Amino acid sequence: MQTTMIPEQIKQADPYLAAFERFASNGAEEPQWIGQLRKSGMARFSEIGFPTLRDEDWRFTNVAPIARLPFRPLLQPVRGDLPDPTGFNFAKIESSRLVFVNGHFAPELSRVLPLPKGAQITGMANALANDGALAQKHLGRHVRLEQNAFAALNTAFFTDGALVFIPAGVEVPQPVHLLYITTATETGATAHPRNLIVAERDSRVTILESYVSTVHGAYFTNAVTEFVIGEHATVEHCKFQDESPAAYHIAALQMSLGKNCDFISHSIATGAKLSRNNINTVLGGEHIECVLNGLYLTKDDQLADHHMIVEHAKPHCNSHEYYNGILDDRSRGVFHGRILVRPIAQKTDAKQTNKNLLLADTATANAKPQLEIYADDVKCTHGATVGQLNKDSIFYLRARGIDAETARRMLIHAFAGEIIDRIRCEPAREELDRVFWDRLEENPHVADVK
Amino acid sequence: MLEIKNLCAGVEGREILKGVDLTITAGEVHAVMGPNGSGKSTLAAILAGREGYEVTQGQVLYNGVDLLEMDPEERAREGLFLAFQYPVEIPGVNSTYFLKAALNAIRKHRGEPELDALEFLSLVKEKMKLLELREDFLKRPVNAGFSGGEKKRNEIFQMAVLEPKLAILDETDSGLDIDALRVVAEGVNRLKRPDNAQLVITHYQRLLNYIIPDFVHVLFDGRIVRSGGKELALELEEKGYDWIAKHEAVTA
Amino acid sequence: MSTATETIEGFVKQEYKYGFYTDVETESAPPGLNEDIIRLISRKKNEPEFLLEWRLKAFRHWQTMTEPLWPKVTHPPIDYQKISYYSAPKKRGDGPKSLDEVDPKLLETYEKLGIPLRERERLAGVAVDAVFDSVSVGTTFKEKLAEQGIIFCSFSDAVQEHPDLVKKYLGIVVPYTDNFYAALNSAVFSDGSFCYIPKGVRCPMELSTYFRINAANTGQFERTLIVAEEGSYVSYLEGCTAPMRDENQLHAAVVELIALDRAEIKYSTVQNWYPGDEQGRGGIYNFVTKRGLCRGRNSKISWTQVETGSAITWKYPSVILQGDNAIGEFYSVALTNNYQQADTGTKMIHIGKNTRSTIVSKGISAGHGQNSYRGLVKIQKSAENSRNFSQCDSLLLGDRCGAHTFPYIEVKNTTSSVEHEATTSKIGEDQIFYCNQRGLETQDAVNMIVNGFCKEVFKELPMEFAVEAQKLLGVSLEGSVG
Repeated sequence: MQTTMIPEQIKQADPYLAAFERFASNGAEEPQWIGQLRKSGMARFSEIGFPTLRDEDWRFTNVAPIARLPFRPLLQPVRGDLPDPTGFNFAKIESSRLVFVNGHFAPELSRVLPLPKGAQITGMANALANDGALAQKHLGRHVRLEQNAFAALNTAFFTDGALVFIPAGVEVPQPVHLLYITTATETGATAHPRNLIVAERDSRVTILESYVSTVHGAYFTNAVTEFVIGEHATVEHCKFQDESPAAYHIAALQMSLGKNCDFISHSIATGAKLSRNNINTVLGGEHIECVLNGLYLTKDDQLADHHMIVEHAKPHCNSHEYYNGILDDRSRGVFHGRILVRPIAQKTDAKQTNKNLLLADTATANAKPQLEIYADDVKCTHGATVGQLNKDSIFYLRARGIDAETARRMLIHAFAGEIIDRIRCEPAREELDRVFWDRLEENPHVADVK
Repeated sequence: MLEIKNLCAGVEGREILKGVDLTITAGEVHAVMGPNGSGKSTLAAILAGREGYEVTQGQVLYNGVDLLEMDPEERAREGLFLAFQYPVEIPGVNSTYFLKAALNAIRKHRGEPELDALEFLSLVKEKMKLLELREDFLKRPVNAGFSGGEKKRNEIFQMAVLEPKLAILDETDSGLDIDALRVVAEGVNRLKRPDNAQLVITHYQRLLNYIIPDFVHVLFDGRIVRSGGKELALELEEKGYDWIAKHEAVTA
Repeated sequence: MSTATETIEGFVKQEYKYGFYTDVETESAPPGLNEDIIRLISRKKNEPEFLLEWRLKAFRHWQTMTEPLWPKVTHPPIDYQKISYYSAPKKRGDGPKSLDEVDPKLLETYEKLGIPLRERERLAGVAVDAVFDSVSVGTTFKEKLAEQGIIFCSFSDAVQEHPDLVKKYLGIVVPYTDNFYAALNSAVFSDGSFCYIPKGVRCPMELSTYFRINAANTGQFERTLIVAEEGSYVSYLEGCTAPMRDENQLHAAVVELIALDRAEIKYSTVQNWYPGDEQGRGGIYNFVTKRGLCRGRNSKISWTQVETGSAITWKYPSVILQGDNAIGEFYSVALTNNYQQADTGTKMIHIGKNTRSTIVSKGISAGHGQNSYRGLVKIQKSAENSRNFSQCDSLLLGDRCGAHTFPYIEVKNTTSSVEHEATTSKIGEDQIFYCNQRGLETQDAVNMIVNGFCKEVFKELPMEFAVEAQKLLGVSLEGSVG
């Protein structure tokens, strides 16, 4: 008889399996395909378990603290008092707003502006209960679960999220704001927002996403967002992760891009004790313009990790990644960017930069910018820097009469500003500009940077 | 206004300036010409206070004060302005914000009230016309994405706003086409006043067709080897730097 | 473009010129690895007890380890029990006392490789230690170097003659626990070179080791140790070739460098192990651990490598910058052609204050070659005011190859700065056209462009090696040397 060792991750998956069985037995009203999707997610999670530092893609980010949390999926909507969403960032921007409390759509707090014909902005649970055809076509078809235990876990346990559908040729003038508020105080309370954004050919839309909380608990947000973007569509996505400093935030962002589309995604991270964004883009048509732009500001024991794969699967596409990090105290900023150019993807122009500024000797920056190239007629570059402010810039400012400390402050603001300036949605850009200005000005270490 | 006495300086032990003497009085325009590597840009950098240069001998007095003891921003506030040969791009720093901060730092130093946003804007708009700059210029980050010519015009525009006593133009003509050169030179000429002075550093004579110097100095191998009026520049243009080199080789 | 493509193909399709086999009588250990084999190796080499103990500890540790999976290379599993771990040309009687007694066939072998060992034909200004399979067959200029107190000899001789130095320094830079192949090497290493440069001595000539794998089904596991005492300087060269065989052969070497205060070690490699044929059959698996320790203040270690051979290269010459103001450098050209795979790069570990490192890596991929740069730059908290600059460029010749860049950067200090830049490009039609327009033939244009691409690295090589590198890449150096 053959003896098999039980892998660590399977034992680890036990409480999740138990929770899943309870959850699945209550989900009788769901269409069958969703049940299948959930099962595939759970099976994948059981198989691979949480990643460890030995896993090359996670070598700088230890998720053991998440694995150790008691698993308390927030499966039911909040009863009773709902939070006031108006005080949060982006809430005053004129937009169609879907508000989610603990991962569940809160129609009382949401408002959708009149939309052009055929456009839909709605809660995922509603959509699935009414007409699931669109969701069925795309949900889970893009995000890759093989290597991503968290996305698998989301697939097993998601209850709600946003569904945005912009039909061909339609332009939505006001931004769509998805606001996720956590009010759960229990340690390990976990929301699994699941979003699907479909922008058909020649459409145009701006999506703002923000993650906030009213509490300081060690809750866990485990989000998955799938973007399906058609030919010649223009889409801007701006995510602001401003979770509680004790919280955990993991998000998968999967982009499937059609030819000639123009896609820009911003990831601005200031919150959470541990945050990780897995950003995967597949450039599946020719002449795509894709920009991934990001900024992280960390302090205390925070860890902010951005992990992205930009896959050039067709010729004549341009992709740019710009990520800046400002790290203070004992915090850590991780950047892992991989540009993958398939043999067919000739005439690719791909650029990647990651710059980090340390405000304290106890902070750590890890950068892993990678090129993996199988086509010969391409222009690919990457650059990463960790260090101080540019001396020539400081001199230039001083030579115009600005004192050294002010010059340094200006350059630190500029370090954040060069990322924020790429946000095209003006009210969002101005608001984030103010947020960063204030937070940097509050920081006592900013004046000491050399 | 400026007195440079036997200035010797270098970088990492390599001597570049080997005893420069130069005196500039208010109301004058001086040109320093010289071949590549003669030390022209080093001279400009030292006057503006860039780090990394060692002064081994000599003295620089600016309005009677030891210039070399001053921080770069102190020099700027005392009215010394360097138009950079290669203005650095500072992405993320808005041009208006930058220039307002600079102007107010200088005004404060002079004991003048700081300008508010409106006053500043009307001043700036007036000066922009001088340099034929487009309005969107101010909305862009400092020098970021500017063409070579735009960067140089931006330098002279800043000079117009900051109204220095002593302006040092370091190879301002390099990288400019003839139209841009004319605009830049006209800008510089209009800023000339009896109480200020200009030091024009250049490789070629052509800028001096537009900015007429009172004095021309030839910098060669770290020394000023010849001084004269504006006709010296023409002679140099005609005979080339080889003429100086040969002459130096003979006298050496 | 078709002419350009053909020329590029002609350029990369060069025959391996060192693929001959020397028929000498050898004495080999039976294939397989166990403690008895290790005892046998140790006994053959008449080693002191401490070394045998060290080998056995390494072997026991190796048994607990697994091969690293992270390199971007693929190969069938290696059966470590099928390899012979010791092979030496049979000695006549007590073995050669001088080169005159060495088997003439061996001397011929080195002559064919362009490395004459006989007294009258020696390369001027280069002292050579020639290693044939598992043993050193001779070292030139030994006596002349000894006059200045420089020890340059085979590792085996060093064990016999300078056991204290070996004991003091062996394994301090690369401990036997370091990695799978280093552990294997520590257990079974056969020979290699040993250099010791005393305090204040500037070594008057290049020291060189020429490694040759000859026997079939053997692995080569050499070990090199270079110690530069305070204020000393040495430039060391390493060359490698092997016969053409259809089977893969394993080469797992370890090189340790130690530089004390103000000492400088310059280590250059031209690696030309048999790369396998056009179909990817045969070739050497070159799994090597090379590491330098800048232990002293103001010390400097510089690695320069030109990697054109081997079926698979797995190698990261590294520098630990421990002393304040220490300098580490890595200059590399790696060419992969046919089915060759290279996963190579460096590690720069900054510990001391004001430490500086520079990385310049040039990867050229042709045919189905896969070329990866993998590097780590780590700035510890203690390494105030440290700097790193890395430049990694890849050039692709043809559309079936791959070029990859995997840098890892970790900084824990606010006063330091790290810059990494990488580019990937091909030889552009416009570049070739430009050269054509100026009267150059396409072949010359390709040579010139490849040469220009590698220039920053070639200029770091000592003259003799630059010439060899030129031959290897089949390009004219066009004034890039000197």
